Amino acid sequence: MISKRMFIWSAVTCHRFRPLRLVAAVGGGRKQRLKAATGRRTPNRFFVSVVLICSTAIVASAQLRRPVSNDPPDPAVEQRLAKLSQELRCLVCQNETLADSRADLAEDLRDEIRTQIRAGKSDQEIIAFLTQRYGDFILYRPPVRPKTYLLWFGPFVLLLAGLALLFRYVKRRRDMIEEQPLSNADRAQVEKLLSSASRKETA
Amino acid sequence: MTRYLIPLVIFGVLVVFLAIGLGRDPHEVPSPLINKPAPSFKLAQLKDPSKSFSAEEMRGRVWLLNVWASWCISCRDEHPLLIEYARTGAVPIYGLNYKDRPEDALAWLQELGDPYVLSVSDLDGRIGIDYGVYGAPETYLIDQQGVIRFKQIGPVTPDIWTKNILPLVQEMNRQGGSR
Repeated sequence: MISKRMFIWSAVTCHRFRPLRLVAAVGGGRKQRLKAATGRRTPNRFFVSVVLICSTAIVASAQLRRPVSNDPPDPAVEQRLAKLSQELRCLVCQNETLADSRADLAEDLRDEIRTQIRAGKSDQEIIAFLTQRYGDFILYRPPVRPKTYLLWFGPFVLLLAGLALLFRYVKRRRDMIEEQPLSNADRAQVEKLLSSASRKETA
Repeated sequence: MTRYLIPLVIFGVLVVFLAIGLGRDPHEVPSPLINKPAPSFKLAQLKDPSKSFSAEEMRGRVWLLNVWASWCISCRDEHPLLIEYARTGAVPIYGLNYKDRPEDALAWLQELGDPYVLSVSDLDGRIGIDYGVYGAPETYLIDQQGVIRFKQIGPVTPDIWTKNILPLVQEMNRQGGSR
């Protein structure tokens, strides 16, 4: 009998070389037949996917951790670099931060930031250095200035406008509802209906 | 009537905005270096590394700085046009060979022709960072005072050449003489 862990490992390797086999092993429909044929327990689909996802994450992070500089990394510098580069956009893959991007330019810029941190530059100085060269576009948090007022305050203006519209709408609806007092004829009919109902109950 | 008109108007405005947004190239980031002094550099020449070339040497002249590399595919597209334009003699073209191996760069020029007065090697891309390079090819038009007047991100096209670069060069040559 093969242990569950080994089976999963074979499933993972199968995934690499023979994707169809994995589909057969993990697919719910074939589970019974597979079990009957092999006599092995089939792992549940969720568990296999978790293992697969984790293993790809491990592989991916292992590839990302390649040293960029020859000098031994200084934890304080690396921490500042990580914090700073998360606020900065990679201009090559524009939806990635400088911290996440694997583009060549991002690597160069990270190296540049690293040397500037080592040279004792402040965060503001480094950001100024980058915006002088690449523009405000490199910042994920654009600065507040007349050109970006619409960007910063537009949503709040829209929210207020929406609230004003809603208020007006609700108020108009309320005004439309008028108090309509019962006429004498209505009252008489109500009395009649109620009394007939109570008579039936007692009967 | 207005009940149906208002959503229609909102929809219309939205369509206009989206249409404009779709028509724009998100990779063209306006350069903050326009109308700023071109960053100075002093780099070894590609063909003769014992000689150097600096941006200051071009003071008093209008020139183009073209960022290129042998690994850059769009540069290959652009190259025949640059050769053609260099032949017209309208404006001298200098090359910044960006993050390239000199032997690859030289082979490239040998194979495809050399439109540049000279090229300099920016081996580690440090000067590229100063110029805000993020996608080769990029081309900078620099005036007599050493100010960047125009930047083309991506290959120079005949359209850009005749509509943007040439008129600016002519204007700068006229102004530069009187200044």
